[in-house]
Amino acid sequence: MSLEVLKRGLLATVQDIGRRGYGKFGVGTSGVMDSYAYSLANWLVGNNGEEAALEITWYGFAVKFLSDTLVSITGADLAPESGGLSVPMWRPVFFRQGSELIFKRPVSGCRSYVAVSGGIDVPEVMGSRSTNLRAGIGGLNGRALESGDVIHIQHSASSYIRLSDRSENSPFQTVKWSAAPHMTYGGSQVIRVTRGRQFEDFHQEARDRFFQSEYSVKPESDRMGYRLSGPVLGMECPREYISEGVAAGTVQVPADGQPIVLMADRQTLGGYPKIAQVASVDLPRVAQLPPGGRVRFQEISHSESEQLCFEQARQMRLLKTMIDSKLKEENNAAD
Amino acid sequence: MKQLTMTAMGDSALLIQFGESIGEEVNAEVQAAASHLERHPFPGFLECIPSFTTLTLYYDLLMLERPKGIETVFEYVCSIVEELLRDAPNRPSPKRRVALIPVCYGGLHGPDLAYVAEVNGRSEEDVVRIHTGQDFLVYALGFAPGFPYLGGVPESIAAPRKSTPRLSIPAGSVGIAGTQTGIYPLQTPGGWQIIGRTPLALFLPDQDPPVLLESGQLIRFKAISAAEYNRIAGERE
Repeated sequence: MSLEVLKRGLLATVQDIGRRGYGKFGVGTSGVMDSYAYSLANWLVGNNGEEAALEITWYGFAVKFLSDTLVSITGADLAPESGGLSVPMWRPVFFRQGSELIFKRPVSGCRSYVAVSGGIDVPEVMGSRSTNLRAGIGGLNGRALESGDVIHIQHSASSYIRLSDRSENSPFQTVKWSAAPHMTYGGSQVIRVTRGRQFEDFHQEARDRFFQSEYSVKPESDRMGYRLSGPVLGMECPREYISEGVAAGTVQVPADGQPIVLMADRQTLGGYPKIAQVASVDLPRVAQLPPGGRVRFQEISHSESEQLCFEQARQMRLLKTMIDSKLKEENNAAD
Repeated sequence: MKQLTMTAMGDSALLIQFGESIGEEVNAEVQAAASHLERHPFPGFLECIPSFTTLTLYYDLLMLERPKGIETVFEYVCSIVEELLRDAPNRPSPKRRVALIPVCYGGLHGPDLAYVAEVNGRSEEDVVRIHTGQDFLVYALGFAPGFPYLGGVPESIAAPRKSTPRLSIPAGSVGIAGTQTGIYPLQTPGGWQIIGRTPLALFLPDQDPPVLLESGQLIRFKAISAAEYNRIAGERE
C-alpha cells in the first residue's frame, strides 16, 4: 500500500509524536506541531494515535493514492479537494486506488494532518519517524517530501475498516458524522502562558507590554519558531545568559526585544532570556497561526496550566471512545 | 547534597540549577545528576538535558499521579527528584578516556586562523600550539546534533565572533568564539572564527549513541597535515 506525491507544495513532512531521549546529544524532538489535530487524525482511521502522518503546510500539496486507503484530514482547513469535490475534514474518508487529493488554498489555520490507517511506513530513526530537517534524519530520507516520492503505508487491522456508504462513482466515500475540534484555528488568538524563568529580569514596562499588546506573526516563522513582531521587550540590565534547556512553547526574547515562541524543530539549548512559557494545551493554536496572524498573551498560574492539561486529556479520552464506537458501527453496517 | 533550585518551565518540564557560573565542578554535578536520573527513571520521565550549570527535566504530567496534599504535579516531581538526587554521587562515573580529535589547521580548512593569530599578536603556529596544548571539557551538546560546547580557551587565542555569520560552514570545522571553541557537526551557517577542520564525523545517526563526543567528556586536539586529513576522510567514505 502506498501513495505518490504529485506536488510538493510549500512544505510537507512525515511526523509522529516526536523523538525523546536524544536531547542530551543535541537532537531535538521535532514531531507534529499540532498534536491535538494529529491525534484525532490517527484515531479517525482506527490507529492507536502515535502512527506517523503527513504534516502539510499552507498550500499546494497533492497526492495520489496508489491503493484503496482509509484517510482522515484534520488541523488547518487548506481546502482539500478530490475530483473537483471538496473533501470533508475531521472524519474518516475512503479513497479508491487512483484518487487524487489536493490542498488548494489556506482557509483557516496553517498545517493540515493527513493520517492513513496503519500509519506512514518510514524507518524509525532514534525511536521516531519524525523528520528533523536540520539534522537530515527521520521521515523520508531526512527531508521534506518532493514530487514523485512514493510513500509506503503500514498494514494493520485498521486498514480493513470499511465505511458503510460506498457509492461507486465518487473518488471518495465518507461518513455523515465528524469529530468537530474543541478549538478554533482563527488568525487571531489569545494564548495562555505561565511566567518564564527570566520574567523578573525584564523591565516592569516590558512585562506589562507583553500581556497588554498584540503581536503579529512574522513571515519567517517556521517549524523551529514563531517569530513575533510588536512592542519591544527590554531587560532591566541586559547581560549574557548561560545556555540552558528550552521546551516547545518557550517564549524567548533576543537582544532586539522581539519574542520568539520555540516550536517542534527548536534547538535543545537556548541562551536568550525566557519571558514566558505557553501552556501545553495552547501550543496547537500557536502552531496554526498563519504568517500575519495576531496573538495576545494571557497569564495563568502554573496550577491552571496543569489543570488545563488534565481537562483536555479527559475530553480527548471521551472523544476517542466515541470515535472508536462510531468506526465499529460503520464496519458492522458495511458487513 | 546541597540545596538545589528547581524552577518550573511550563506544565511539562522543570529546570534544576546547580550553580551560578560556568565551571568544571558545577558541570560535573550536572552530568552526575543527569546520568543518575536516567538510570532511575520515574513514571512519566521523558528525558533530561544537561547544560553548563543546569539540568532540564522533561516529563509527561498525565503519567504522574500526585498524592493527596501536594498541590501541583510540579511540586510532586520536585520531591521525586530531590529524593533521587539525595543518593546521587556528585561526580560523574569514571571519566572516559580523553578523546583525541585530529584537526588540519589553517589553509582552506581554517580560513580564519590568520585572523585569530593577528588579533592576538601571535603567529599561526602559536595559535595551533596553544589550541592543541590542553584538554577541553565538553560542557554540553547542543546548537546542532553532536555540537560540543567546549569552554576554557586561553585568552591568548580568544577571538570575537564574525560580525556577519558565514552562510555555510562545512561539517567538521573547528571554530573559536570568545573563550569557547567547538566543532560544527553539520554544514550550517555560523559566526565562529574557523581555524581548522577535523575529518571525523561528530553526528552518527546510525549509531548508538549517535554522537562521537558526549557531555562531561574531555577532548584534546591534535594537528594533522592536509595529506593526513585526506587519508582519514577517505577511510570514512
